[in-house]
Amino acid sequence: MTELDKKQIGVPVPPDWAYAPAPESRDIVRLQERYGHFVGGDWLEPAETYTTISPATEEPLAEVGQATPEEVDRAVAAARAAFENGWSGLAASERAKYLFRIARILQERAREFAVLESLNGGKPIKESRDVDLPLAAAHFFYYAGWADKLEYAFPNRRPHPIGVAGQIIPWNFPLLMLAWKIAPALAAGNTVVLKPAETTPLTALLFADVLRQAELPAGVVNLLTGDGRTGAALVEHPGVDKIAFTGSTEVGKAIQRQLAGSGKRLTLELGGKAANIVFDDAALDQAVEGIVNGIYFNQGHVCCAGSRLLVQESIYEPLVEKLRRRLETLRVGDPLDKNTDVGAINSAQQLAKIRELVASGEEEGAQIYQPPCRLPEKGYWFVPTVFTEVAQSYRIAQEEIFGPVLSVLTFRTPEEALEKANNTPYGLSAGVWTEKGSRILWMAQRLRAGVVWANTFNRFDPTSPFGGYKESGFGREGGLHGLEPYLRFDE
Amino acid sequence: MTRLPVKKTYKLFVGGEFPRSESGRTYEAEGQNVARASRKDVRDAVKAARAAQPKWAGATAYNRGQVLYRLAEMVEARAGEFAELSTGREEVERAIDRIVWYAGWADKLAQVIGSSNPVAGPYFNFTVPEPTGVVAVLAPEEPPLLGLVSRLIPPVVGGNSVVAVASETRPLAAIELAEAVATSDVPGGVINILTGYRRELGPVLASHMDVNALDLAGADGDSPELERLAAENVKRVVHGRADVQSPWEIASFLELKTVWHPIGQ
Repeated sequence: MTELDKKQIGVPVPPDWAYAPAPESRDIVRLQERYGHFVGGDWLEPAETYTTISPATEEPLAEVGQATPEEVDRAVAAARAAFENGWSGLAASERAKYLFRIARILQERAREFAVLESLNGGKPIKESRDVDLPLAAAHFFYYAGWADKLEYAFPNRRPHPIGVAGQIIPWNFPLLMLAWKIAPALAAGNTVVLKPAETTPLTALLFADVLRQAELPAGVVNLLTGDGRTGAALVEHPGVDKIAFTGSTEVGKAIQRQLAGSGKRLTLELGGKAANIVFDDAALDQAVEGIVNGIYFNQGHVCCAGSRLLVQESIYEPLVEKLRRRLETLRVGDPLDKNTDVGAINSAQQLAKIRELVASGEEEGAQIYQPPCRLPEKGYWFVPTVFTEVAQSYRIAQEEIFGPVLSVLTFRTPEEALEKANNTPYGLSAGVWTEKGSRILWMAQRLRAGVVWANTFNRFDPTSPFGGYKESGFGREGGLHGLEPYLRFDE
Repeated sequence: MTRLPVKKTYKLFVGGEFPRSESGRTYEAEGQNVARASRKDVRDAVKAARAAQPKWAGATAYNRGQVLYRLAEMVEARAGEFAELSTGREEVERAIDRIVWYAGWADKLAQVIGSSNPVAGPYFNFTVPEPTGVVAVLAPEEPPLLGLVSRLIPPVVGGNSVVAVASETRPLAAIELAEAVATSDVPGGVINILTGYRRELGPVLASHMDVNALDLAGADGDSPELERLAAENVKRVVHGRADVQSPWEIASFLELKTVWHPIGQ
C-alpha cells in the first residue's frame, strides 16, 4: 500500500460529521443483461462485447457491444439512407417537433436517466439529477426551436445540412454530451452515428428508447458502443461527412491527423487547464464556493475545470485556510446517495492517471493537503486534494489531471495573473473573482480562453457557446454558433 | 545620353523591415532575383508576428479599419506599378476595392458575429469574436495580387498578425504590396511577407508551434501533409479560395469568447 493509500483509508471520520445514508433507489432502472448496437431503428446483435461496470462498486451492469468496422459501416449506411430518404427533405418544422418530443421525454424520464448516469459513471446523483438531465433536455428544447429558423440564424448564407455526422463523446457527462452533439446535428437536418465513451454506454443505449417513443424515423440516430477502435473506424469511414469529437487533446490531435486531406469537416472540444483567478478584493466565501465547484464538481472530470487556482498573495493564507475548512465538509462516497458531493472516479484507468500525477506533484516538491475522509472499500475513489507551493513548471500545473486535484499558485499584479493564466497550451476556460468591474472586463479581454466565468464558475446553458482556444480545440457547441459546424452554406 | 535606371533588390518583409534571406539565397522569378526565404526566416517572421499581434488586436476596431483604409490608399497610389506586376488594371482595382470593403468590417464584426445569450439563470452572458493569433497564409499562385490580398486582409482585419508566403512564380506583386504596407500605418510585424519555395516554407509554417491558423489557399498537392503537421498544436486549417469576399472569411480566423457574470444587487 502506498503512503497515499494509507492517508486515504487510514484517517477516521469524526463522529460528529456522520450523515445518515440517503440513497436514491435503483429500482427505476431496468437493465438488460446484454445490449446491441442501435442501427437503422433496430437493435443489431454485436459481434463482440465487453462488460460495463459501476465504478463505485465494480459490479458488472451489462454486456455491451464492441462495434467492429463492419458494424460501423452498417450504422453509417443506415444514417446515409435516412438522410437521403426523408430526413433531409422533411419540412424543418416537423424536424423541430421530433426534437421537442425528445426534450419532453427526457424531462419525463429524467429520474430514470439520472440514476442510470450515476450508476454507470459514478457521478453524484445530486449532479446527474440537477445538472446533467435538466441541461440535456434543455439542449434538445433549444435546438428544436432553431430547426425551422436557420435562415434567420445565418442570413444571406442559404444553410443546408452536411449529411452524416460521426460523433464521439466522453465519459464525464455521457447524456449531456450526447445532447450537445445530437441536438444541433438533427436541428440542422443531418443524421448521426454516435459513439458514447467506452466506460459509460448505458444512458446512450437507454436514449434509444427515447427515440422509439419519439417515433424518430429509423436511421436518423444510430448508436454504437465500443472503445477507441470503434471511434477510429468511425473517423476513417468515407461515408461520414463530419466528425465531432469531445475528449482528450491527445486523441483530438490524432483525429485531426487522421482526417488530413480527407475534406471531412471537424470540430474538436479537447482538454483544459483552466486558471481560476482570485483577487484580494473578491468576496472570499463566494470565491471558495466557486473554487470548490470549479474543481470538485463531477470529481474534477470536467474539461473546463478550474484546476489551477491563482491567488493574489495578500489573501493567500486566509483563502487557503477557508478552502481547507470547506474541503472537510465535502462528502465523498456512494454516487446514488443524495448527500454525496464527490462520487466515484470513472474508471481504474483514470484513477491510475490521477494517482500518477498526484505522486509527481509530491515528488516535485508541492505540499499536499487532503481532508480526513473514509472511502468505500470497493470501487475507484480519490480524496479531494489541494496542492500548495506549486511552481508553474510542475506537471500538476501543466497537465490536465481530470480529477479532484487543485494546484494553487500565487500572483501579485493583474499582469502576472494573466501571464500565468495564459501560460498553457490549453485555452478552454478561465475564472476571475474580483469586485472591480473594470478589472473583470480587462482580464476577460486578455484571457486566451473560450469561456470566462467572472464571479462564478462551471455554468452551462444551451444558449451559451462553449469551446476552446489553442489546443483546447476548435468550433463551438451551444448557442447559435453551435449550429454552424453542422451546416454548409451556398455563398 | 540615356540614364541607367536604379534597379530594385527584391527582399523579404519581416517585422516592418526588408531583410535579405539570412541564408543569402535567391531564386529567379519574373526575370528578377528574389529572396529565397529559409526555415530561419520563417521563424523570424513568426516571432515578429507574435510580438506585434497583441497590440494590433488591442487597437480599437475603428483604428484598425482606418489603418486598412490607409493601406488601400497606398495601393491606389502605386496602381500603375501593380498593374504591370499583376494581370492588369482590373485586378488592381478589385484588390483595392477589396481592401476598402474589408476595412469597413473591422468595427462591425462583433455585432454580426457576436451575440448576447439569454441563459436560464441570473447571469449576463455575451459572446465576442477575438483574433486567433498568428496566421500563416500560403497565397495562391494566381492572381498574384488579388489572390494575396483576398487571403491576407481577412485575418488582419480581425486582429491577427500574418506570415504570408507569396506566389512562387509571380512574387513581385507581393513585394510591391509589402512596400505599400510599409508606407501605410499597419504596425511592423502585423503583416510579414516571405518569398521563396512553398514546398520548403509550407511545412515549416504548418508545424510551427507558435502559429495558430493556416490558410492553405496556395498549397499544391502537399496539403494533406501540411494538414497533418498542423494537427500538432491543433491549428485552425482553412482551404481559402483565391477570389472570394465575405465576412465569413474573416470569421475563419476568429475565436469566440463567452463571458458570464452573475446579476445581483
